[in-house]
Amino acid sequence: MSTTATTDINHPDGDGSHGEPPLITGNLSFHEITDLVSTHTEKKTPPLWYVAFGLATSITGLLFLMIAYLFWNGTGVWGLNNPVGWGWAIVNFVFWVGIGHAGTLISAILFLFRQKWRTSINRAAEAMTLFAVMCALVFPTIHVGRVWAVYWMLPIPNQMEMWPQFKSPLLWDVFAVSSYFLVSLVFWYVGLVPDLATLRDRTKKIWRQRVLGFLSLGWTGANRHWRNYEKCYLLLAALATPLVLSVHSVVSFDFAVSIIPGWHTTIFPPYFVAGAIFSGFAMVQTLMIIARKVYNLENIITISHIERMNIVIVLTGSMVGFAYITEFFIAWYSGVQYEQYAFLNRMFGPYAWAYWTMMFCNLFFPQFFWSKKLRTNIGFTFFASIIVNIGMWFERFVITVTSLHRDYLPSSWDYYTPTIVDILTFVGTFGLFFTLFLLFLRWVPMVAIAEVKGVMPKADPHYYEDHEGDGMAGDHIPHVKPAS
Amino acid sequence: MAQIFPKNANTLPVLSLAGVLFGGVLVVGLVWYYFSPEFVDVGYAPEQPVEYSHRFHVSELGLDCRYCHSYVEVSPHANIPATETCMNCHSQIQTESLKLLPVRESWATGNSIEWVKVNFLPDYVQFNHSAHVNNGVGCETCHGRIDQMEVVYQEEPLSMGWCLECHRQPELYLRPNSEVTTMGYVHPTDFVEQNVERIAQDGIVPPTNCSACHY
Repeated sequence: MSTTATTDINHPDGDGSHGEPPLITGNLSFHEITDLVSTHTEKKTPPLWYVAFGLATSITGLLFLMIAYLFWNGTGVWGLNNPVGWGWAIVNFVFWVGIGHAGTLISAILFLFRQKWRTSINRAAEAMTLFAVMCALVFPTIHVGRVWAVYWMLPIPNQMEMWPQFKSPLLWDVFAVSSYFLVSLVFWYVGLVPDLATLRDRTKKIWRQRVLGFLSLGWTGANRHWRNYEKCYLLLAALATPLVLSVHSVVSFDFAVSIIPGWHTTIFPPYFVAGAIFSGFAMVQTLMIIARKVYNLENIITISHIERMNIVIVLTGSMVGFAYITEFFIAWYSGVQYEQYAFLNRMFGPYAWAYWTMMFCNLFFPQFFWSKKLRTNIGFTFFASIIVNIGMWFERFVITVTSLHRDYLPSSWDYYTPTIVDILTFVGTFGLFFTLFLLFLRWVPMVAIAEVKGVMPKADPHYYEDHEGDGMAGDHIPHVKPAS
Repeated sequence: MAQIFPKNANTLPVLSLAGVLFGGVLVVGLVWYYFSPEFVDVGYAPEQPVEYSHRFHVSELGLDCRYCHSYVEVSPHANIPATETCMNCHSQIQTESLKLLPVRESWATGNSIEWVKVNFLPDYVQFNHSAHVNNGVGCETCHGRIDQMEVVYQEEPLSMGWCLECHRQPELYLRPNSEVTTMGYVHPTDFVEQNVERIAQDGIVPPTNCSACHY
């Protein structure tokens, strides 16, 4: 039993009906839910998985090849030039970190707000967070030029008696992202423990039992275990909640603390956080729309889940779009000519194509989701999720490059173009992301089994009193009726 | 259902925890000690093309450092002496010595003796000898007891932290300018006070910013 059931205040009768459609469709029993999710980690690996995995690992290989080439030759192999000292590396870093945010929002904030529908997608979304943060961390690690000195980013006592610059937002970034990764990992793992125990109890193979037994920390499903687990999970959710807001705020400080026109604005932290959640939900859609189909999870991740996520997308997308317009207004209102120039240059300068791509994908396109017909259309949602992610990548590109390429000194103005190494490195991180995600789909229960059971009508202890003999699984199991 | 783990598996968590803690401390300790310039660099004593004994020339003959390293007070570099400096004396004494054969050869041909540098700094570090020598940093402070070295070796780690120790608290290391080349100098009991006074008077401000040495 999970918190959502035991602390359910919205639906004290546990029926979950109230005129709302059930979260889990198909009238499944608990056992069927367990089967539906566990079987994908237990059955023989499907050939299609091998094909996808082979493709993903080859692209990961490309990533490592590009990194090796970069280390050997130095950052000159990238398209950076004199005014544009931050190129795709920072763009990709912000892009990937942003994607991660949806996972934490779903797992922590929606948990605290008792949004029961989160249970169907939180496991996969959190996994997505972890893998996206890993991809993100690739870029700050490899962009330093002298990669053997990368440990200077951490406050490690050393023979130089030198410490990182604690006044620099780049250092705050190191702490923000690494603590984000650690908390997300612990949160994800704690949530996994009951499900790993379920897998352990289902298997007959001794080594699988041992590995899962080790990882499930001796979980027996005892009341005391559940009580401690629920407390721990709640505390971790509370711990992860501020991180949803803080991490991308700190990332935005990388820009906002500098004095470059177009970067030096106070709107950056909230606008980055909204953008992060926006892109993250789009990525969850991209992944889950495929996964629910391939893994027959349509009853667990229903059209109603997809619709709810689309509502978050149109909300955050409009927030981001509002921020774009606010920035533009403030540039005019401030009366600072450099600021005004920076924004006019974004719209009509050499990177206007990137700016309008961003505006179209992030502000305009999600507005289609006001239509219920479109936001419950799976094909359209999938298409939109890709568009949103393209748009959010372009947002970071626009912010980073358009502000830099027109320096204070017109003599150093230049046009930035990525090299093939830039492009293949970014493509390579998708390989890394999908390699990790495929491993997750193959070895880890991709839906939080125990939590999903907790939000089903059958989790209510009185459920069977009203549903005698309706032919459901479990109907023949005797249960004790409370004295009336 | 049969037990998955044998009973002694109960010790596994404790063991792995202890192992991680102990192993972590061990790794930190090993890196701390064995990766330090103090371990890696100190004691470097390359073979020189001429069997020149600093001990003999300084201790027994009483040569001043600056007799050979003559630019140390005016130049960033403490020069390696020219062959002619050796020949000032050795054109008169020990003229037949086999040990001095490379010196005489160099003198005859005009090709430099290829002395091997002992105290290395990386290329991205600028060190100025004159700035230090003229402000009371003794030769001995960085190079050790040259007067006792048959073959010169690196005495100090020359790490950045080691430089900074003095740059942050110069009063613990400085000596009067007249004693700069003295070997085995013993500080008077009140030297810290004297140094503090001198530092204030002469306006000695050893920089600790990056571009002081990295430019």
